[in-house]
Amino acid sequence: MRLVFPLPHDAARQHVTGEARYIDDIPVPSGTLSLAFGLSEIAHGRVLSMDLAAVRAAPGVVAVLTAEDLPFANDVSAAAHDEPMLAAGEVHYAGQPLFLVVAESHLAARRAARLGVVACEELPAILTIDEALAADSRFEGGPVLWERGDAGGAIGGAPHLVEGVLELGGQEQFYLETQAALALPQENGDMVVHSSTQHPSEIQHKVAEALGLPMHGVRVEVRRMGGAFGGKESQGNAPACASAVAARLTGRPCKMRYDRDDDMVITGKRHDFRIVYRAGFDDDGRLEGVEFVQLARCGWAQDLSLPVADRAMLHADNAYYLPAVRIESHRLRTNTQSATAFRGFGGPQGMVGIERVMDHVAHALGRDPLQVRRMNFYDAGGLPAPRPAEPPPPEGISDEKKIQQTPYGQAVEDFVLHELVAELEKNSGYQERRAAAAQWNAANPVLKRGIALTPVKFGISFTLTHLNQAGALVHVYRDGSVAMNHGGTEMGQGLFQKVAQVAAARFGVPIEAVRITATDTGKVPNTSATAASSGSDLNGMAVAAACDEIRGRMVAYLAAQHRVEASEVRFRAGQVHVGEARLGFAEAAAACYQGRVSLSATGFYKTPKVEWDRLKGQGRPFLYFAYGAAVTEVVLDTLTGENRILRADILHDAGASLNTALDVGQVEGGYVQGAGWLTMEELVWDERGRLATHAPSTYKIPACSDRPDVFNVALWRGGGNREETIYRSKAVGEPPLMLGISALFALSDAVAACGGAYPALDGPATPERLSQAVRAVRA
Amino acid sequence: MREIAFLLNGELVELGQVDPTRTLLDWLRETRGLCGTKEGCNEGDCGACTVMVTDARGARALNACILFLPQLHGRAVRTVEGMAGPGDKLHPVQMALIDHHASQCGFCTPGVVASLVAAHVNGRRDFDDVLAGNLCRCTGYAPIIRAAEATADAPVPDWLAEDAARAAKLAQGSKRQPLRDFAKWYQSNPEAVLVSGATDVGLWVTKGLRDLAQVAFLSHVDGLDRIEINEETVLVGAGVTIEDLRKAVAPLHPGFAELLRRFGSAQVRRAATIGGNIANGSPIGDGPPALIVLRARLHLRRGQARRAIALEDFFLDYGRQDRADGEFVEAVSFPRQHDRLRCYKLAKRFDQDISAVCGCFSIAVEDGIVAEARIAFGGLAGVPKRAANVEAALVGRPWDEDTIGETWDAWAEDFTPMSDMRASADYRLDAARNMLIRYFLEAAGAVTRVLEVKP
Repeated sequence: MRLVFPLPHDAARQHVTGEARYIDDIPVPSGTLSLAFGLSEIAHGRVLSMDLAAVRAAPGVVAVLTAEDLPFANDVSAAAHDEPMLAAGEVHYAGQPLFLVVAESHLAARRAARLGVVACEELPAILTIDEALAADSRFEGGPVLWERGDAGGAIGGAPHLVEGVLELGGQEQFYLETQAALALPQENGDMVVHSSTQHPSEIQHKVAEALGLPMHGVRVEVRRMGGAFGGKESQGNAPACASAVAARLTGRPCKMRYDRDDDMVITGKRHDFRIVYRAGFDDDGRLEGVEFVQLARCGWAQDLSLPVADRAMLHADNAYYLPAVRIESHRLRTNTQSATAFRGFGGPQGMVGIERVMDHVAHALGRDPLQVRRMNFYDAGGLPAPRPAEPPPPEGISDEKKIQQTPYGQAVEDFVLHELVAELEKNSGYQERRAAAAQWNAANPVLKRGIALTPVKFGISFTLTHLNQAGALVHVYRDGSVAMNHGGTEMGQGLFQKVAQVAAARFGVPIEAVRITATDTGKVPNTSATAASSGSDLNGMAVAAACDEIRGRMVAYLAAQHRVEASEVRFRAGQVHVGEARLGFAEAAAACYQGRVSLSATGFYKTPKVEWDRLKGQGRPFLYFAYGAAVTEVVLDTLTGENRILRADILHDAGASLNTALDVGQVEGGYVQGAGWLTMEELVWDERGRLATHAPSTYKIPACSDRPDVFNVALWRGGGNREETIYRSKAVGEPPLMLGISALFALSDAVAACGGAYPALDGPATPERLSQAVRAVRA
Repeated sequence: MREIAFLLNGELVELGQVDPTRTLLDWLRETRGLCGTKEGCNEGDCGACTVMVTDARGARALNACILFLPQLHGRAVRTVEGMAGPGDKLHPVQMALIDHHASQCGFCTPGVVASLVAAHVNGRRDFDDVLAGNLCRCTGYAPIIRAAEATADAPVPDWLAEDAARAAKLAQGSKRQPLRDFAKWYQSNPEAVLVSGATDVGLWVTKGLRDLAQVAFLSHVDGLDRIEINEETVLVGAGVTIEDLRKAVAPLHPGFAELLRRFGSAQVRRAATIGGNIANGSPIGDGPPALIVLRARLHLRRGQARRAIALEDFFLDYGRQDRADGEFVEAVSFPRQHDRLRCYKLAKRFDQDISAVCGCFSIAVEDGIVAEARIAFGGLAGVPKRAANVEAALVGRPWDEDTIGETWDAWAEDFTPMSDMRASADYRLDAARNMLIRYFLEAAGAVTRVLEVKP
C-alpha cells in the first residue's frame, strides 16, 4: 500500500477563507482578561525594587503579579528548572519578564506594562562567546569531547592543511503567529489551556506545576499553530503558565499573546556558533583528519541547548567519512535570550562547519568543490533492505570495513548521495553553468556569479531516546465516520493530513471519512514535542497501530459472522469485503457495533533500534538518515555586496513520500528559510545586550522576490526507506532547511572570483559581510 | 471624534464617536469578531493584516494594523471573510491557493488573499511586487506565486465589482474639507497630529502606545493630492501617495520610480504620502535624497501664508525641521530636466526594507568635464544631506576614474555616518563611495545591477 496523494493541507480551505482559528481567534467568554509582561531593560543585575503603583493604577488593570505572588512553581524551563517565569531577584537578560500585568484588554495590559519603575544594581553582563570563554561561563561544566582516531596526528601527517574560523549568526523563528495561550478555569480548580505549542504535554506539565495540580487537573488543546519552527517547543511555557496562574487568581479566563517586539525580545532563537576547524588532506582533497571546536552561545538558561549542541556535533560529518576526527563542543552561558530549538536543532550549524572545510580544501587545491565533496562522501552502503534469511558475513570481514561509520559509531547503511548528487548535477546543468559563471566572471568586473552544490545528510530520531514514542486514539463511529487523534501538533507542515491519509488507508475509506481533531492531552497522554522532524514517523505509526487494532476486531467479528477466514476480510475503496459479501464501511461499522465490538482503540509506537550514550558520543542515535542536495547560483555586486539568488535546483529524498505536495512544500519553504538564515537574517545586539533587531522592520526574513528566480524542486524517485517507517516514507520537516547552505557557498564562490585568497565567508552573508570578504580576497 | 461611514464586506457600517486612533485591525477583531484578519507585527511590515480597500480611485491592499478607522470614511473594505461570493463560492484566488498548496500554517494567508485579490481586480501580474509586503515563513513563496499566476486570467467576480461604485456614492455624501479651511484650523491648532497615510504615525500608536490628543486626517482635506506636470515643473501635493508619485515620475525619471518601487511594500506605498515622508524628517526616508538631487523645492503653508524653500534646507538637524508651529507641507516641486538621476538603495533586503544607505546622483558631463554634480544621501547623516564636498571635488574635473579616486577624502568631510543594526559606519561610507563608481560605470555601459541579471 502506498500513499502518494498530493492532497491539500487539511485546513487549506479554512486558511483561505479566514475560518481557521488560532489562539487569539477562539471566541472567549465575556470577562476574559489579557496579559502582558513587564520586561527587564538590563542584561544582568539584581532587582533592588519594583515600584508597580503606576502599573496597578493604569486604566483597565485588574492585577499585577511578581515572583512572590505566584502560588506554586515559578519555573517555565524545559527541564533544568533554571528559568523562572518572573525574575526572582536577579535578571539575566534584557527582555526577561519581571512582572505580569492582568488587564481588561491586550492594549491596556501592554500600556500598563511599560509603567513599572524598576531599580536594579547592574552587574557585568556576559554577552559574547569571547566574554563567556574568558569568564568560563558554561553549561555542563567543561566542553564535551568526542573523538575517533588521532585527528591531531592525522592532520600533522597529511600533505596539506587548512584551518580557519567560521562565525554563524543565530536566527529568529519569526513564526507569523506570536506566542499565545488562553486559560479557561474549570470547576474543581482544573484548568483548560489552549496553547500555540509544539509540545502540549510540556505545557500541561508546566501549568500543573504552576497551579500545584496533578497533571490530570490540566487539559491542553492545540488545534494549530501559525508557524513554530522549533520556537514553540519550549517557548510557549511562559504565556501558558502566566495565563493559567492569572486565571486561577482572578477566576476569569485569561489570555496572553506576545506583541511581536515582545516576542522577539523575550524568546529564544537559533544558537549562534563559532566553529574553529583544522583539516589535513591528501593531494586529491581526501580528508585524513579533522578537528572542530564548536562554541555555542546558549543564552542565560539551559533550555534545549545541550541536545542542540549535541546535534551540532552529530552533524559535524554531514555526508562525509571522517577517518580521524575530534569534535569539542562548548555550551556557553551568556546574558542574552536563552537560545532554543529552531528547525535543524544545531544540525545546520554543525553541517556548515564541515561544508566550510570542503569548500576551503577545494579552494586550497584549486578544484571544483563538488569533486572534493564527492571524494569524501561515505561509501554507498547496504542499500537494499537486509533480508532476514541472509547469512551472517563471513568471519574476518568486520562491519567497520564493510559499512563506514559516523564519528559517533553509527553505520551509514542507507547512503544515497552518490546517485542523488549525480542526478542533480546532471539535471541542474551544474558543470555547464559552472563554466558559464567562470566566463561571466572573466568578462564582468563588477558583478560576479557563484555556484555551489551542497548535500544534506540529516539524522532522524530524537537524540534523547525516550522521546521516540507516540500515542494515538482512534474512534470509528457506527455511521462509518472516523475520528482520529494523536500526540502530534499541526504547525503548518501538513502532519494532520498525512496522518489522516494513514488512517484512511488502513480502513480503506476516503479521506473525507476521517476527522482530524485538535491535539488534546486528555485524549493522548505523555506525548513528545512535535519536533526533530518526527511528527509523521511517530504519529503515523501510532495511528496505524490504533487503526489496525480496530480493524483486527472488525475482521474477527465479521469473519465469524460470515463464516469466512479472517484473511478473506479486506478493507478497500470504502467497502469491507467479507468473503464474497461486500459491506459499505458504515454498514460494517454498524454491524460491529450491533455485535458489541469496541470500535475505539489507542495506538502506540516506539522507534526501534535506537540507543545512544550522549556522554560517550557513541551509539545509534538515529533510525535512519534523510538526504538531499541543492545547487544554488547567485550573482554578487562587488561594489556594495548586494546579491541575489538566481536559481536553485533541489533533489530531495523524502523516502516513499506520504504526500508529494506537502513534502515539496517543506522542501521549498525549508530552502528559503535556510538561505535566509545564511544571507539576510541578521540578529544584532547592542553593547548593553539589548536586541536591536526586534521587529520585521529591522530583522529581515526573505520576502517574495528573494526566492530564486528559477526554483526547481523535485523529490528523488529513488526514494524509499530501508527502515520500516510509515509506508517507507522519510521525515521531511527539518532536512530541507540545510539545502539553503548551498546559498552561502555559492556566495563564497562568487567572492572567490574576486581574488586569490580564500573568502572564509561567515553567516549571515549580508551585503556588508560580502563587501568585507571581497575586499579581503583582493588584498 | 467624528462620524464615519464605510462598507465592510459589502455591508454599510456607520460609526458614531470613534477613537480616531482605533485601528481597523483591532476593530475588526475585537469589536466585529472578524478574526480572519491577523496581527503578525502590528507595524505594517508583515502583511498578515492586509485588507482590500476600494474607493473612487480603485482597489488597493492596505495594512489594517496601521489604518485608523476615520481613514476608511467613504471607502469599501473587504476582509478575507468577504472575498467569497454568494453561497460560499470561493474567489478564484482562494481556489488557486488551495489547489497550489500555497498555505502551510495559514497565518499569513488571509493577508495574501487580500493582496492577491486586490492585484487581481487591478489586473496586475507583477506578483513579486504585489506580495513584497506579505511575509510568509512557511512556503518559500513559490506555490503562492504559482497560484497567483494561475488566476491572472480569471474574470473579476461580480460580487466584488460593486464596491467601487457604492463607495463612491458614500463618499459623495460628505465633502472634503477645503484646504484653505484646514490651513486656518491647523494654524490655530498647531498641537494637532497630522495623519496622512499613518504608515509612520500608526506606529506611534501601535508601538509607541502614545495617546494622540488631537488628530487631523489629511485624506479628508481637499487639494493635497494633486500632481501637476507642465513644461517647466513637476508639482506634487503632499497628500500624493508614494505609489501615485511612482507612476507619475516613471516616464520622467525611471531611476526615481524604481527607488520608489522599493520604498516599501505595495500596502505601504498605497498609504504613505510624499508629504509625510518629507515632513517627518527621517534621515532614512527614501524620497528626499532623490528630490534634493532633482533640485526640489518644498512648499510650506501656515494659514494663508506660503513659502517655498530648497528641500535640503528643510532638514535642519536630526529630528528638527524648518517648520513653524501650525505650518504644514503643502507640496513639493522640481523643475523638468534632462534625466541623469540614478538612485541606489542599499539594504539587507531588496523589498520593503529601510535603507542603510540611499544614494542619489545626477552628474552632467560636457566635453569630458563634469559640468554639474548633485549628490544626496540618506542614511549617512542625521538628515538627508547633499555631498557638497564630493560635488565640489568633481565639478570642473575630467569625468574619469582618477577624479573619482580623488573624491575619497571629500566623502569623509561630507559624512560621518553612524553604526547601527543596519550597517556599520565604515561600510556605509565605503558603499557610498562605490555608488559613485557604479554611477560612472553605468554611464559607461557596464552591467552593475544584480536585480537586472537573469538566471
